[in-house]
Amino acid sequence: MSADIVLWLVQDGITTGAIYALLALALLLVFAVTRIIFVPQGEFVSYAALSLGMLQTGQTPGTVWVLIAGGAIVAVLEGASALARREPARLARILAVYVAGPLAIAALARWGAAHALGLWAQMAIVAALVVPLGPLLYRIAYRPLADASVLVLFIVSMAAHYVLSGLGLVIFGGEGLRTNPISEARFDVGVLKIGAQSVWVAGASLVCMIALWLFFEHTLVGKALRATAINRVGARLAGIPAGLTGSIAFVLAAAIGAASGVLISPIATIYYDSGLMISLKGFVGAILGGMASYPLAALGALGVGLIESFSSFWASALKETIVFTLIIPVLLWRSLASRHPAVEDEEE
Amino acid sequence: MSRLLEVDDLRVRYGKVHALHGVSLRVERGTIVTVIGPNGAGKTTLLGAVMGLLASSGTIRYDGADIGALPVESRVAAGLCLVPERRELFGELTVEDNLRLGAFQRVRRGERGAANELGEVYARFPRLKERRAQLAATLSGGERQMLALGRALMAKPRLLMLDEPSLGLAPRIVRDILRIIAELRETGVSILLVEQNARAALGIADRGYVLETGEVVLSGSAAELAGNPRVAESYLGLAGDRDQGTGDRAQKNPKPETRGQERVK
Repeated sequence: MSADIVLWLVQDGITTGAIYALLALALLLVFAVTRIIFVPQGEFVSYAALSLGMLQTGQTPGTVWVLIAGGAIVAVLEGASALARREPARLARILAVYVAGPLAIAALARWGAAHALGLWAQMAIVAALVVPLGPLLYRIAYRPLADASVLVLFIVSMAAHYVLSGLGLVIFGGEGLRTNPISEARFDVGVLKIGAQSVWVAGASLVCMIALWLFFEHTLVGKALRATAINRVGARLAGIPAGLTGSIAFVLAAAIGAASGVLISPIATIYYDSGLMISLKGFVGAILGGMASYPLAALGALGVGLIESFSSFWASALKETIVFTLIIPVLLWRSLASRHPAVEDEEE
Repeated sequence: MSRLLEVDDLRVRYGKVHALHGVSLRVERGTIVTVIGPNGAGKTTLLGAVMGLLASSGTIRYDGADIGALPVESRVAAGLCLVPERRELFGELTVEDNLRLGAFQRVRRGERGAANELGEVYARFPRLKERRAQLAATLSGGERQMLALGRALMAKPRLLMLDEPSLGLAPRIVRDILRIIAELRETGVSILLVEQNARAALGIADRGYVLETGEVVLSGSAAELAGNPRVAESYLGLAGDRDQGTGDRAQKNPKPETRGQERVK
C-alpha cells in the first residue's frame, strides 16, 4: 500500500467519519436528555437525502405526507388534552401549529419542486420538511411514555424505526438517489485530489459541532438540557419542563440528521433504508466514546469512519462486519476498566 | 384568608406497601409548619406527593385550587418549591448556572426580576457568590444546602418545602440555615419543614405535625407539641433512651426504591 493510497483512504475516512460524528452527537444528546436510544435517527438522514433528490428531479418529496399526517395526529392528541383540561382557547393555536404549519411547508415544497431553485434553497426546503418530524415523533411516540424504562423506550425506538423506514419505502420507492454536490471543484493537495464536497462535509460538521457547543455552554435553554441530563429530578424541581427539553433534543437530532443527509447524499447513493446503517455507525462511535462525552463520541465516530475506509480497501466484503465487531472488544474493555454510566442507571 | 396548602386524606403506596395512609395537613399563609417523626414515617414521601414527584390519592389544594393533576413544573410555576433531602443539584454545572436554572420558567415567561433575585440570593448567601464559577459538585455539604435553597428561591416560591435541611451539617451551619428559614417567613414565604432535628424545627415553627408510620398521630402549635410529654420523650430526648418507634423498619425499604426510579444520576 503506497503513501498516496493511505492518504486517500484517510481523506475518505474523515469525510464519512465527520458525518458519523454528527450522528453520534445527536444520538448522545437524545440519550442524555431523554434516555431514549434513538434508533430512528437514521431515518432523518435518508428522508433528507431522498427529499433533496426528489426536489432536484422536480418531484414533490413524499415527506410532505408524513409531515402532514404527523401534524394531524399531534393536533388530535393535543386537541383532546386541551379539551380535557377545558382550555378550548388553545385549539386555535394547535390548529395553526400542527395543521396549518405542515400544510404551508408542503405547499412550499410543491412550489419548490416545480421551480428550478438553487441548491441552498432546496436544502432550506428539505430542512423545513425534515426538522419538524423530530418533535412530532417525540410527541406521538415517546412523550406519553416519558417515565418508562430505557428498555421500553428502546422498543418504542425500534417500532418507530420500522414505521418510518416502511413509510420511506412507500413515499420514496425502492430506488436510490444521489444528489448534486455543492461544488464540483477539486483541489490538488500534493498527491491528493480533494473533492470540494469532502471539504464541505468536514467544514459543515465542524460548524455544527461549534454551534452545539455554543448552545450548550452559553444559552439558558442549552444549560437546561444539560441539567436534565445531569439530574432529572433536580431539573423537574427547578421547573424545567421535561416535555420541552425532550422536544428541543428531538429538534436538534432531526436537524443534525437532515444536515447529515444533505451532506452525504452527493457522496453516496441513499436508499429509503440506508439511514439505519449510517446512524448505527454513529452509534458505534458514541459507544467507543463511552456514551458520555461529546468530544469522545465525535472522535470515536471519526475512528469508525477511518476504520471503515481502510477495511473497505483491504476486505471490502467485510467492512461492515469489521466496524460492528469493533464494539465487542471496546465494550469488554470498558466494562472491565471503568464504571459505565449507562449501565449504572439501569442498576440503581 | 384561605389557607395556602390544604392536604386531605393523602395516600401513597409503593407497590403493596402503604407509605401514607390518609394524611391531612394545613399550611396557613406566612407560617412555618413542621412535620417531625422518625425515619421512615413517610415525611419525604409526603413532600414528594405534594410536589407531584410521586403518584398519590386524596386532595392537594394549593392557593384554593386542586393541583393534584398538575405536573411538577406547573406546581413550580405556581410557586410551590421543594428542596429535597438529596439536594439534587446539577453537579457538572457552575453554582451560578444552578441558580439561574432555578428561575428557568420565570425567564421563559419573560419576567425581568430573575437578575435581581440572583443578587438577593447572593446577598443572603455570600458564600455562593464567592464560589459562583465553581462546579456544584465541588461544594461542601453546607454550601450544597445553601445552593439547593438558593436555587429554590430563584423560582420565587410562595410555599417552600424543605426536606431535612440540617441533615449532615455542622451545628453552626444548621443554625445559619434555620435563621435563614425564619427570615424567609418574614418576607412572606410560607414554609413546610420536615426535620429529624425536632427541637430545632419546633423552635422556629408556628405549627407542627407528628408523623408516625404514615399517619399523623399528633398536631398542634409548636409550643404545644414541644410541651407534649410524648413528643418530649420520643423526639426531644428529654426522658428515657431515644428508641424511635418500632414500625419504621418495615417502612424503610420502599424509600430507596422510589429514589431509584426518580433519580438518574
